[in-house]
Amino acid sequence: MASPIAWRIATVGTIRDETPTVRSFTLGLPDWPGHRPGQHVDLRLTAEDGYSVERSYSIASEPERRGEIDLTVERIEDGEVSAFLHDVVEPGDRLEVRGPIGGYFVWEAPLGGPLLLVAGGSGVVPLMAILRHRRRTGSHVPTRLLSSSRHAEEIIYRDELDALAAAGDGLEVIHTLTRSQPTGWAGYARRIDDRMLAEVLEPLGVSARVYICGPTALVEVAANAMVRLGLPPDRVRTERFGPTGT
Amino acid sequence: MIDHSHDPSMERELDGNALAGMLETLFGSDMTAVPGRCAHCSTVNMVGAMRAYTGGPGAVLRCPACDGVVLRVVERVDATYVDVRGAAYLRFERR
Repeated sequence: MASPIAWRIATVGTIRDETPTVRSFTLGLPDWPGHRPGQHVDLRLTAEDGYSVERSYSIASEPERRGEIDLTVERIEDGEVSAFLHDVVEPGDRLEVRGPIGGYFVWEAPLGGPLLLVAGGSGVVPLMAILRHRRRTGSHVPTRLLSSSRHAEEIIYRDELDALAAAGDGLEVIHTLTRSQPTGWAGYARRIDDRMLAEVLEPLGVSARVYICGPTALVEVAANAMVRLGLPPDRVRTERFGPTGT
Repeated sequence: MIDHSHDPSMERELDGNALAGMLETLFGSDMTAVPGRCAHCSTVNMVGAMRAYTGGPGAVLRCPACDGVVLRVVERVDATYVDVRGAAYLRFERR
């Protein structure tokens, strides 16, 4: 059987630092069939002795960009693949990827909203693809992003999120900082909990579509809270990743 | 971000999205948005919403409601084994 998601060769383009431990990589893929916001790719590294290792990474870029995708990768301590991407890979290098993959954690503009996006750390990456797609399609769907980071300097896409929120097209970005807060911090300063989720959801109402991505424990808290707040389970989509960076 | 790296069982718990590439290769189309009925408790969940455990010799999908094993995949050099005894059904929509 021919696999619908064949491995293909991507050429690394620009590499950008997002935070001290998070980098974005543009991958040139001339024959890329396009993706849906929220989908991911599998990335495979193979050593000369044949040892190979695969990891899944969410696509950060919007499908309206053709012939290339962005991956945003957090460097995980002892992470075989993320350490290689951060420490070894340079523009012009070639990487094996397959995709786009997934159809469950996906939002496209015609689905509508209102939209509540909940991110823990680098869980913001697939949600960023959704926000970039929302912007590019001129969608005015009322949308709120609740993003949890440990420290202010670890907020991924901070400037771009500020710019998107300033566009006045119905997007609000709400941050919580769980470990340390800069002087004068006006946002939340604790882990995501039921009360915070109720407050953030309130202006959108229980007809919202909800996408939650982050570490397993955060996803459990947020998804359970949504069901308790009266959202139908089939409108709450979740994606968990372990600290191993999958 | 919540740090639970001290807990080895939590460390490996992902969801069906993490197996999407492997499952699509086996079944020929995306599986994460395919609803499946748990044979143990009859709850219906999309594959993407099921719990995935990838730390063992194979990959295991468990029902998020009752924790029963729905699907197991073991990849060997010559073949891949898929055990679906825990699924009453998987529902593939006609397109």
